[in-house]
Amino acid sequence: MDLEYSAEYDAFRNELRQFLDEHKHLSPGAVARPPANREEKEDGPNPAQRWQQLLIEHGYAARTIPKEYGGCGEEPDPLKAHIIAEEFAKARVRPGHSGDNRLVPTVLELGTEEQKRWLVPPSIRGEMTWCQGYSEPGSGSDLASLSTRAEVDGDDFVINGQKIWTSGAQHADMMFCLVRTEPDAPKHQGISYLVFSMDTPGIEVRPLVTMTGEATFNEVFFTDARVPKNQIIGKRGEGWFVANNTLKHEREGLGDPHQAENRFREIEELMSNENVDGEPIMNNPAHRDRLLQLQGRMLAMKYNGMRVLTSQRKHEEPGLPRWIIKLQGCELNHQMAAMAIDALGELGTLYHRSDHIRAGGMWQQRFMMDLGLIIGGGTAQIQKNMIGERALGLPKEPKVEAKSA
Amino acid sequence: MDFALSEEQQFLKQTVDDVLRDQCTLDVVRADAADNQTKNASLYDALTQIGIPGTLISEDYGGVGLRLLDAALIAESLGGSVATIPFIGSSVVAPLAIELAGSDEQKNAWLPRLANGEITCGVAFGDHVGARDNEPLTSDDASINGRSMFALDIQNADVMLVATADCELHLVERSEVELKPLYTIDRTRSVGELVFEKSSSEPLSSTSDPSGTLAKVIDAGRVVVAADTLGAGQTMLDKAVAYAGERQQFNRVIGSFQAVKHMCAEMAAELEPCRSLVWYAAHAYDAIPEDARLTACHAKAHLAEVGRFVARKATEVHGGMGFTDLLGLHYWFKRIELNRQLLGTPEFVRNEAAKMQGWV
Repeated sequence: MDLEYSAEYDAFRNELRQFLDEHKHLSPGAVARPPANREEKEDGPNPAQRWQQLLIEHGYAARTIPKEYGGCGEEPDPLKAHIIAEEFAKARVRPGHSGDNRLVPTVLELGTEEQKRWLVPPSIRGEMTWCQGYSEPGSGSDLASLSTRAEVDGDDFVINGQKIWTSGAQHADMMFCLVRTEPDAPKHQGISYLVFSMDTPGIEVRPLVTMTGEATFNEVFFTDARVPKNQIIGKRGEGWFVANNTLKHEREGLGDPHQAENRFREIEELMSNENVDGEPIMNNPAHRDRLLQLQGRMLAMKYNGMRVLTSQRKHEEPGLPRWIIKLQGCELNHQMAAMAIDALGELGTLYHRSDHIRAGGMWQQRFMMDLGLIIGGGTAQIQKNMIGERALGLPKEPKVEAKSA
Repeated sequence: MDFALSEEQQFLKQTVDDVLRDQCTLDVVRADAADNQTKNASLYDALTQIGIPGTLISEDYGGVGLRLLDAALIAESLGGSVATIPFIGSSVVAPLAIELAGSDEQKNAWLPRLANGEITCGVAFGDHVGARDNEPLTSDDASINGRSMFALDIQNADVMLVATADCELHLVERSEVELKPLYTIDRTRSVGELVFEKSSSEPLSSTSDPSGTLAKVIDAGRVVVAADTLGAGQTMLDKAVAYAGERQQFNRVIGSFQAVKHMCAEMAAELEPCRSLVWYAAHAYDAIPEDARLTACHAKAHLAEVGRFVARKATEVHGGMGFTDLLGLHYWFKRIELNRQLLGTPEFVRNEAAKMQGWV
């Protein structure tokens, strides 16, 4: 047990702090939104893209992506990645990205040389943005049952079907998408992984308004959308394997402990600054005890994250400490939002830019959005199946025989 | 940055586990509980052979000179086996208090005998961890008056470490105290009521900050109680997973039903981060003073909550058998329940955490 950082890492952190001090005024606001639709995009790099470029030049974004694809070409170092995440969070500055943290690692691992050169450099510059076409109305937790089909016609796949829960489809340039190409194969072996432009004729995006009142998700409809055959990642019928690679990367991103710690500090401030009956909410022992219970959970998850990080540094499989992060992290965030709302009482229900609203209704927005995250990316129940089966070794539910048509 | 156990620490835990597997079977625990025995002589001897009572005592005084994280690993093992020996009071809180506040003469007099297992020490901090039915302890001319409830590790103890209401630490020999055992649900540790009436005492006064010293050794005790719960909870989870993988109903093992599988997953998801919290709190006591008190409180309180959750769910996974004496699962359940209340209830300890953050 040694929580000190070696001189190399201290120096790295100090350089990063200095960089942030000098440059953070160039960072686009943390809540900067992409343009509402693709037609509104301006020519030339926007502030977010310029910021990303600056971060790549200094080695703070796209670190491990090879130089030939526009990245920094550094050796993977989970500790430096952790320091970067920590310092950006502390400074409340928008961090950089590695293109799309689901797509780019997948292409680098499983794509052809041509595909890597085509997709990776513009993605990490932020010039090519992505949405994920996985879930369908009839295929949620049972994703492998998906039925959007792609049939070969000449040099193209012709896609017909529908995707749902497609975050960001309204402004993404590209989609990575699972389609059924071998309808006669067993369900896991009949899927292929395609990438294509959202400008492809035959694609229609319809916003899906959620309980937050916003349309962060979409439905995407395909009617004879033609995609060249070479825009497949991996081989035909291997899409499930490719997709699992992507899901692995997504799962690691959800439930980030830095987010929980920042959120906890925000609630602490809120409870110290907001009054009820002329007294700070912090003076109410019931609210205070809830805050402390959440602090205990938050610290446990923070140290659990340090344990996972240590395993990754040593190239060891973290096992259970990692399996639980999505389930516990999303739940903790949701409970913190609930706590903040309850501390605000009736004020906590204000929304829709109402008078007297606090933090723009952020806590309600988060409370609802977190419920979406508990469900999305593998529901809490699917997470529990995975923990039970893969980490604890309990047997799977017996398969129900599919009815033959 | 290395947030993990060293090879030596893993070896230490393995060594203790090996002794416990041989010498602290459920049959042994059952017999000890029936005989009201909370210091199993052969188990205590076997653990003394490998230096356990002297874990935290420096080598100058015949101990092993290890740190609180090592003691927490031992406590985790002891909780995991519901071991019927004194440890938290006698081998953690008492030696730390003597090292921190005793004179050289006192250290020489007491620590070697604690380290080699010749004597054990009870601990009475009732006035400082939520006093109930106490009469505050007062000191006067090296004598103590008052009554302290829920003193720990008192059975067959040779000496008692007490904290007066004014935060003075004293050692009181067994013969000077009236000892009335209290019978809790947990039959694996001894707690009791100590009555002092002009009991002659030996003040541990070689500290410039008595209340800080007392707070520090309470922190250590809380971390180690939390570690004991971690171990007990882990055993309950392991037993539940094993049972769910064997027990059949409706022609299937019950662990294949999501209703049962999800209970196991929830236990694991709650308990696993607790391990990191206990490690961090113990390490903070050893090396990160600014985090030590806060994380000791959170480890104690959070493990109390998660421990109760796991104890209940693991019992449920075992169905009716979990509720019986036959299976003996209740020894872990009851150990976790006593730990929850010892050295400050979760609500009490969280309130201390609030005070130290300036929220009260």
